[in-house]
Amino acid sequence: MKGKDFVKKYTMVLALILVFILFTILTGGRLIMAQNISNLLLQNAYVLVMASGMLLCILTGGNVDLSVGSTLCLSAAIAAKLMQTNHSSATAVIVALLISAVIGLWQGWLVGYVHIPPFICTLAGMFLFRGIARTILDSKTISISKEGFLNLFTSYIQIKGVDHLGNCPSAMVIGIIIAIFISIFMIADRGKKAKQGYQVASMGSTIAKVIIFDILIIAYSYELMGYKGVPVMVIWILVVVLIFGFITEKTVFGRYFYAVGGNEKATKLSGIDPRMVYFWAYFLMSVLAGLSGLLVGARIGSVDGNMGNSYEMDAIASCFIGGASAYGGSGKIPGVMVGAILLGVINMGMSILGLPDQYQYIVKGAVLLAAVIFDVVTNHKTGKS
Amino acid sequence: MKNIVKEYPGVKALNNVTFKVERGEIHALVGENGAGKSTLMNVLSGVIPYGEYTGDIIYNGKECQFHSINESEETGIAVVHQELALIPELTIAENMFMGNERRNKFGVIDWDRTFKEAQDAMTRVGLKESSHVLIKDIGTGKQQLVEIAKALSKNCKLLVLDEPTSSLNEEDSKMLLDMLLDFKKQGITSILITHKLNEVAYCADQITILRDGQTIETIPNPNHTIDENRIIKGMVGRELTDRYPEREHNVGSEVVFECKDWSVFHPVYTEKCLDDHVSFKVHKGEVVGFSGLQGAGRTELAMSLFGKSYGSHITGHEYINGKEVHLKNESDAIKHGLAYATEDRKTNGLILDETIARNTTLARMEKIANRHGIVNVPEENKQAEIYVKEMHTKTPSIQQHVGNLSGGNQQKVLLAKWMFTEPDVLILDEPTRGIDVGAKYEIYQIINDMVSQGKAVVMISSELPELLGMCDRIYAMNEGRVVGEFEAKDATQEKIMSAILSSNNKNVSQAG
Repeated sequence: MKGKDFVKKYTMVLALILVFILFTILTGGRLIMAQNISNLLLQNAYVLVMASGMLLCILTGGNVDLSVGSTLCLSAAIAAKLMQTNHSSATAVIVALLISAVIGLWQGWLVGYVHIPPFICTLAGMFLFRGIARTILDSKTISISKEGFLNLFTSYIQIKGVDHLGNCPSAMVIGIIIAIFISIFMIADRGKKAKQGYQVASMGSTIAKVIIFDILIIAYSYELMGYKGVPVMVIWILVVVLIFGFITEKTVFGRYFYAVGGNEKATKLSGIDPRMVYFWAYFLMSVLAGLSGLLVGARIGSVDGNMGNSYEMDAIASCFIGGASAYGGSGKIPGVMVGAILLGVINMGMSILGLPDQYQYIVKGAVLLAAVIFDVVTNHKTGKS
Repeated sequence: MKNIVKEYPGVKALNNVTFKVERGEIHALVGENGAGKSTLMNVLSGVIPYGEYTGDIIYNGKECQFHSINESEETGIAVVHQELALIPELTIAENMFMGNERRNKFGVIDWDRTFKEAQDAMTRVGLKESSHVLIKDIGTGKQQLVEIAKALSKNCKLLVLDEPTSSLNEEDSKMLLDMLLDFKKQGITSILITHKLNEVAYCADQITILRDGQTIETIPNPNHTIDENRIIKGMVGRELTDRYPEREHNVGSEVVFECKDWSVFHPVYTEKCLDDHVSFKVHKGEVVGFSGLQGAGRTELAMSLFGKSYGSHITGHEYINGKEVHLKNESDAIKHGLAYATEDRKTNGLILDETIARNTTLARMEKIANRHGIVNVPEENKQAEIYVKEMHTKTPSIQQHVGNLSGGNQQKVLLAKWMFTEPDVLILDEPTRGIDVGAKYEIYQIINDMVSQGKAVVMISSELPELLGMCDRIYAMNEGRVVGEFEAKDATQEKIMSAILSSNNKNVSQAG
């Protein structure tokens, strides 16, 4: 691949690497301390989870879901309230997710079948669901103390006798196992495709990719080892990301999102019902927002009426920074992940440097704008002409 | 207009056209779809600005170079387009002076002047409504008159009307033509573009015929007694120099597709009938053509038959392989062996930002996915490669975005997509539109291959030579009705065009 094409394809990854190095230097190395690296994913768990769903909405045509921050709050509020009134953690989790699913059915139906413009529908949802959440909370802050619930989301994998605070070899072991699996998978997958006559990348570039992944995983595991080990929340993130990555990349169902966003009329004339596609995008988005509510609630340890405020913006920004087209039809999960982590690194870096909030806002906005301008200009994407 | 040449990539829309209009006359401009009439008027009005064409425009003895519509309007040339450019939610007066507002010297709109002057303009065309009425609240006939009033309000001396009566009933059409004759007395010159030869005979003083971007002839009509056949002869009399690939005509006796009494109404203007009790049939191994002019209802017919993807209040019977079917949607249609390659491959046929491979399989992804819905990408690529090879689609790889291909190759991908669904009947809507001669030949070969594989093809086309060269039978449609059926070997361009343009418009029944 020529140099220029390489830069175009991996722009955001390169940007992430550069920003990472930049902040590592600026913070005098504090960025890569075990505790901070460990917290990087935890603080941004909700972004990664929600952006996976937001990608589906954006794929359908640049549509977003503005209500997710409020759904997140509502889900957390319901769970907290149930646990406060002595229901089990399990009940709390299940009911919260069910309510999120109902919201998903509601918005999915309105957007997909009643043809309400998504922007307006989810804007209304943004007010509605937050209002309901605040009613449940009765303008109070409810703390979450049930062990079961907190462990489900915020605990670390620590094997008794092996792992202590500051030294968790289990993290490294898990990391190595995952690295081995990924390496075998990537090489075997290439072999399988080659055998079936599909054009594959050169063995050299595949090996290079495998090595880079391995290094990253091992490095990350090393950091985790130096703190508390593998956080359970990372598992949650991985599960969601892998499922949605799989759906969008490998399934017929996932392909439909790209088709509808690429050309809805042509897709309809190809025998695919666009209404169903819109429905599923908004349904899944709400469910993921509900899950995020539980993740954030567990992490903070309490729920108040402002929780989740403008979280939808983080999810949306991650998708666009990660290369999703503002007109729909393109964007991938790995890109979204890179976008989310990039924002996360910038936030964390600026926090470590002690920069006040307002600067973080400015940088966030600038990065988003730069990413989209770069994307449009280099790909000459002038939208539907 | 002298020696006007306008080229687009791959096609010469206007090839040395010379067109003279005398002051104070009504001059008709006729020709088939794609003859160049609209393009010529776009050059005249400045839509195609000076610099993007060659040749001279001489108006009132002076050479003119229009860089925009404003410039042509300032000299007194006004064009009323076929597609009404009115905003339904605004009043007649606001539409009348859109872009030409009545304002005082501070740039503030003078509403009193606006509504009054609009009312005056409306009286000139016989509109009695108040200028405060919204466009959406008056019928198409009156909207057309608003457009004309708009043109008049710009002090026009040369009025160009593009298919002005296409949406009007007989009564309104006659009123409009009489109005043109009236304008003549007021010293306004008119250019009338129309397919309705009876109208041409009624009011035109001269008739210029365009064909394939060239001026064929100008016929005088001083006593308004011209014979329509004379015009038709001029319109279609071309040599059949285009070559069409040979094929064996193996038309089976079984009817694979039939529709009876099929009627379709407009999805929004639900009283407007687009197809009126249409009946036709297609045999196995046959290529059936549908000829007609804009607005004949062919595309609407095809789309409504294809799983009701267009139209409202659809009635009639549809039979596939002898059994009646009730197709609820496009997916249903595909499952029953129908395929429809759209008229506009870019807007609703292909996903331009997707690869050839992914476009090829879109309409029937089950073929390349396992039962859990997981796509077998290598298999998908293999299938796409097969079609690219068979159809000689020129592309560096199947991962190329379809938007980067030339028109002819895009069309091949579209055809490949529908062949991939393994249909019994393929409906191809203008399959060679906007494609250069070389690629056209290849498309014809592909169509021949389809038929030799036992499929039946319905070909909708505006090019009579193409239909004559490729089809076994040809239906002619006009204004939503079938007005003729011809065995290709007995048909001529004149016979078909005559059937279409004959002002009697008898409904030819297709029973049996």
